[in-house]
Amino acid sequence: MEETIKFYQTGTFTVGNRLLKDDQRTVQADMHRTNSLNSGHRACQGCGEALGARYAIDAAMQATNNRLIAVNATGCLEVFSTPYPQTSWQVPWIHSLFGNAAAVASGVAAAQRARGNTGVRVIAQGGDGGTTDIGFGCLSGMFERNDDVLYICYDNEAYMNTGVQRSSATPPAARTATTPAVGNFPGNVFGTGKNVPRIAMAHRIPYVATASVSNLRDLERKVTYAMSIDGARYIHIFVPCPLGWGSASEDTIKIARLAVETGLFPLFEAHHGEVTARTPIRHKVPVTDYLKLQKRYAHLFRNPPDEARIGLIQMMADRNIADYGLLN
Amino acid sequence: MDKLFAITLDVGSSLANKTGAWRTNRPLYVDRLPPCNHACPAGENIQGWLYHAESGDYEAAWRTLIEENPFPAIMGRVCYHPCETSCNRGKVDETVGINSVERFLGDEALKQGWKFAPPEVETGKRVLIVGAGPSGLSAAYHLRRLGHGVKIVEAGPLAGGMMRFGIPKYRLPRDILDGEVARILDLGVELQLNTKVSNILDTMQKGRFDAAFLAVGAHIAKRAYIPAGEAARMLDAVSVLRDMEGEEKPMLGRRVVVYGGGNTALDVARTAKRLGATEAIIVYRRTREKMPAHDFEIEEALQEGVLIKWLSTIKNMADEGTLTVEKMALDATGFPQPTGEFETLEADSLVLALGQDVDLSLLDGVPGLAIKDGTVQVAGNMMTGHAGIFAGGDMVPSERTVTVGIGHGKKAARHIDAWLRGTEYKPAPKHELASFDKMNAWYYADAPKTVRPMLDLARRTSTFDEVVHGLDETNALFEARRCLSCGNCFECDNCYGVCPDNAVIKLGPGKRFQFNFDYCKGCGICVSECPCGAIKMVPETI
Repeated sequence: MEETIKFYQTGTFTVGNRLLKDDQRTVQADMHRTNSLNSGHRACQGCGEALGARYAIDAAMQATNNRLIAVNATGCLEVFSTPYPQTSWQVPWIHSLFGNAAAVASGVAAAQRARGNTGVRVIAQGGDGGTTDIGFGCLSGMFERNDDVLYICYDNEAYMNTGVQRSSATPPAARTATTPAVGNFPGNVFGTGKNVPRIAMAHRIPYVATASVSNLRDLERKVTYAMSIDGARYIHIFVPCPLGWGSASEDTIKIARLAVETGLFPLFEAHHGEVTARTPIRHKVPVTDYLKLQKRYAHLFRNPPDEARIGLIQMMADRNIADYGLLN
Repeated sequence: MDKLFAITLDVGSSLANKTGAWRTNRPLYVDRLPPCNHACPAGENIQGWLYHAESGDYEAAWRTLIEENPFPAIMGRVCYHPCETSCNRGKVDETVGINSVERFLGDEALKQGWKFAPPEVETGKRVLIVGAGPSGLSAAYHLRRLGHGVKIVEAGPLAGGMMRFGIPKYRLPRDILDGEVARILDLGVELQLNTKVSNILDTMQKGRFDAAFLAVGAHIAKRAYIPAGEAARMLDAVSVLRDMEGEEKPMLGRRVVVYGGGNTALDVARTAKRLGATEAIIVYRRTREKMPAHDFEIEEALQEGVLIKWLSTIKNMADEGTLTVEKMALDATGFPQPTGEFETLEADSLVLALGQDVDLSLLDGVPGLAIKDGTVQVAGNMMTGHAGIFAGGDMVPSERTVTVGIGHGKKAARHIDAWLRGTEYKPAPKHELASFDKMNAWYYADAPKTVRPMLDLARRTSTFDEVVHGLDETNALFEARRCLSCGNCFECDNCYGVCPDNAVIKLGPGKRFQFNFDYCKGCGICVSECPCGAIKMVPETI
């Protein structure tokens, strides 16, 4: 899709452009976008999750003609958007427990079907803690039954709301409150964690994709596509957290972009368990470009730098590039 | 509350929570100075006219361009485009072909017959301009547009100055030159040809002029003492190029040697090739790195078969057409020193291209003038030491190019206008430079520069057809759209899209954006993701 817009100033990668036709612009470029997650929410400055959630839900709202219900797991997204009696959501929205968002969404979808509300679509959303750890059983069940729900995981790689504790999405070497930067092997241990997009694929559900707040066109296309099909769908969105990662608030998108450009976060799509498309890296960069912007990796760059473990992280990136064919 | 679909609880909106109170820094939309505009000797708003060209509105682009420079078709052929040298896109892939787009706009204007808007008021003041070269014509254009009566007095038989008598046809076809000059005269500028002003104060008094702008150029060829036989054919570059405009083409012979290292030396050598010379050799006393000629001219000349002898000086020329050339060597300080090693070159003619001097005779007896190194000294407002007499172009100290001359004409016109009104012209303060580090180049798609098709080499050296051809509409548009719009918002919607707090208000096409400081938390993502560097963070005042 990106390639069809032959446009050499920008427009291929920016949110919009005055020279593009309306149907070639993103949902976010629209003066009348839904703003599903409205102003006044209490997310930190430069929150990647707030941005990712608005990107995804606005696109889904447009794709479903605003016939959408959102189910939220506990987590930052829920807490910062809905301190009673205020809500930032401009979409029907429900929150139950930390671990049951997928199950609640399955139920909402069943209820809509029972009431004959055809055309009302359901999205479940949560952070990585509510998805890869606590809500994992319900999620797997939703996949296994092929319930008609799009589950979106906003991955900021730890439990940020409760004070930056490690989750099964926390990457190796990252410092969290529970994997402190002390001892001979500071930070999170290597060789742990789950790759939930791959696990979702193992359920052979109709659609699995990864996306990043750094590539809006790619993200919107995937959400729009996901809303056009039925069955269980899963999108895993990479959302940097300035507070938990120790990065500058203005660098949120830059860090997300570097995660993609290094190969650490591959962008791909899978249908029924098979990878069918990948978004190529535009300008490959070494992982140090990505790591150095984040204090959670500061211990890798002490004097002398921890070359061995930086090398291991580079190997992870290189392996992704080879596995998914990320370089054209 | 008008409840949305499926909402059951009465809840308040988070809009009640004004998160703008968290802010310690605030974003600010700015317009920065694009490096192309900064580098343009004629002060063109290049980013401004490319912006219109990008949307295919070529007339609006042309009208923005001619606010500063009335010669886009000429510029697109003879300007050495320092804008491209400084273009930020060079750091992404290749610089934008600004010069080619300018030429396309200029040619389009001539083709469509677009005219300058006539002056809105007549001031009743009269300005005398001496010299119808680029600088004089540019001043005439700007002064006339400001409503002043303008008369140009030119010593030569045709208008154009060095654009006609110094730049060969293969670089600037004469119909283009005539077309752009005629458009200026159409504004009501009076032009008197074949008239040499011998005493400026007399002429001003007789013609009741309120001010004068002198731009007579530098037409007197510099000589070097070279002992030569009676029959040796030694010419100077200025007359060779001037004679090319007459009926009688200069007789240069089959073997031509040109002495000098500037653009004029190359023009003469390339002209000689076209006149049928089998050998055109440039003798220059220093090395290529030190040669003042522009690189692309050297390259084109070499491609056409012009030979260059570096580190050589000419000692003498004998009757039978034999030159003695001494080899030079650079000393420790990088200056060429004679080696005492000689060789001979066969030559039917020797053309000296050693630079030009200004004919200052019209200034004899004018009090208050300062002349230094053969040029007239002018103040920052282009005025000479004599009140009301301004000067520009090659006759004042400057880099002698057409574009610089045009810039002088414009600058002088603005100061003359102010002087005539008894005020002082104060240019608007310059914006901060939009340097590459302020941009986010990731967003720009890669696209190579469209290379202007070059005339077939073999054909090029035998005719005076134009060497470099123009762009057509499709590739001119493509090229214009490669502009990064450095430092100036081009409405890409990035700030509007990337704000996690929806604190950017999109005002609609052509109206840009505005911050909603009720909710802006000051995270700065809009600043780092603005492709063109048109937002900056400033500390919040308490």
